[in-house]
Amino acid sequence: MPARIQSALDAAGVQAAQIEWLWWVMFWVTAAVFVVVVAALLLAVRRGRSTDAPRPDDRSLLRAVASAVAVTIVILFGLLYASAATGRAIGSRPDDKPLVIQITGQQWWWSIEYLDEAPSQRFTTANELHIPVGRPIVLNLRSPDVIHSFWVPNLHGKMDLIPGRLNTSWLRADTPGIYRGQCAEFCGMQHAHMGFVVVAEPPDAYQRWETAQRQNAPEPTAPQQLRGRGIVERGPCALCHTVRGTQAGGRTAPDLTHFASRSTIAAATAPNTPGYLAGWIANPQHLKPGNRMPATGLNAEDLQAVLAYLETLR
Amino acid sequence: MKTTAVALTLVAGLVTGACERETRRYQEVSVASTRTEGVPLTTLRAGGGTPEAHKLSPYTKNAYGQAEGKRLFAAFNCSGCHANGGGGIGPALTDDKWIYGSEPEQIYSTIVEGRPNGMPAFGGRIPSQQVWQIVSYIDALAGQVPQDAAPGRNDDMSATKPENRIEYSKPHQTGHR
Repeated sequence: MPARIQSALDAAGVQAAQIEWLWWVMFWVTAAVFVVVVAALLLAVRRGRSTDAPRPDDRSLLRAVASAVAVTIVILFGLLYASAATGRAIGSRPDDKPLVIQITGQQWWWSIEYLDEAPSQRFTTANELHIPVGRPIVLNLRSPDVIHSFWVPNLHGKMDLIPGRLNTSWLRADTPGIYRGQCAEFCGMQHAHMGFVVVAEPPDAYQRWETAQRQNAPEPTAPQQLRGRGIVERGPCALCHTVRGTQAGGRTAPDLTHFASRSTIAAATAPNTPGYLAGWIANPQHLKPGNRMPATGLNAEDLQAVLAYLETLR
Repeated sequence: MKTTAVALTLVAGLVTGACERETRRYQEVSVASTRTEGVPLTTLRAGGGTPEAHKLSPYTKNAYGQAEGKRLFAAFNCSGCHANGGGGIGPALTDDKWIYGSEPEQIYSTIVEGRPNGMPAFGGRIPSQQVWQIVSYIDALAGQVPQDAAPGRNDDMSATKPENRIEYSKPHQTGHR
């Protein structure tokens, strides 16, 4: 597991490794150029206009300038080649059977739909992307409102989500771990809080997660939880949120079917703990001003019931 | 000269700062504005007399509220029956005919209480702030709001005029038919 969860210099995937290599090539080449240029400058300053030093003749001056220009051109072309080669390497799609995931970026959260040829095998989640290690993932990127950009620095380069367009990208994680992704194109007031979590796990662990996610929401048992479900279904929640297996079927906000299995709330803005969750539901505009979730004015008893129900959505 | 420029900038700042159109009120649960009982739905009353003054929607002059209303109008599938305001299963909202009254307060109570023959009651489901935003958008569909606050043209192609090009037409009450 890498030390930094959101860093392009801690590559956990094949593309990020290429980008990291390019970054270090650029860094060391330009650092060397910087050192040489500063050394030449200091040398010139030291020599100053003292008359005792022999003045170079025009011929040697011309030779020095011409070779410096030639070296500059060679270096720039070298960097250009390295950059183009990296772009080519990370852009070419793998042909072995990839996992296709559709990601819809919205103000200010991510809807994540695992596509499958059989419609019954598809499922939707939000703000937490689980992927199997070693298998290429093809991402279909869409946006219904403004331009967003999908970026997991540890895994791959950025790709924009453009309204009215389907952009595709791919990635492959090679090291299991938990990484953080972030919207990388300014998209409005809460752009900075439009994050997501990527869980790269071994194929069998991923398979278990996938099977669990396909299930409908579990049936609550305790009276308080049942009451909470009633409020979610018949109160304000259901107009925007979906909980599969219940009457709540709104499509404009994150799918809550397996909400309690996620580690964060509000697009990786706060940890998914009962305290944060209660504060978020009671007044979403405090944690993330301007977001689309309104304060619903639930009284304390209803709020506790809703919290108890959400806890069961494993 | 310089003083004039500074003064002009200050005045411009004050004018735009006080601009109702641009205000974004993210948290506002106005309990006082949720009254739905006793909202008269017609101007006819026994014995004549002056009709009482109606309350405006808090978003009548507010561009953000109406834009949100437009988004919610689509999100909550109002178009399923009202078809972008043109009407279909439900009555048209863009014309000047109003069955249950055209005042913001009356539209509010129509959404919250529901109406016979199909309009569901959304009370307790849509928070009052969002109902008011939808009310102001419905007003915009009928040209009942200032044109500078109404939503502009869509990003995609649209067969109808943008809301801020809809002209005011005097509403008249038809009653239920």
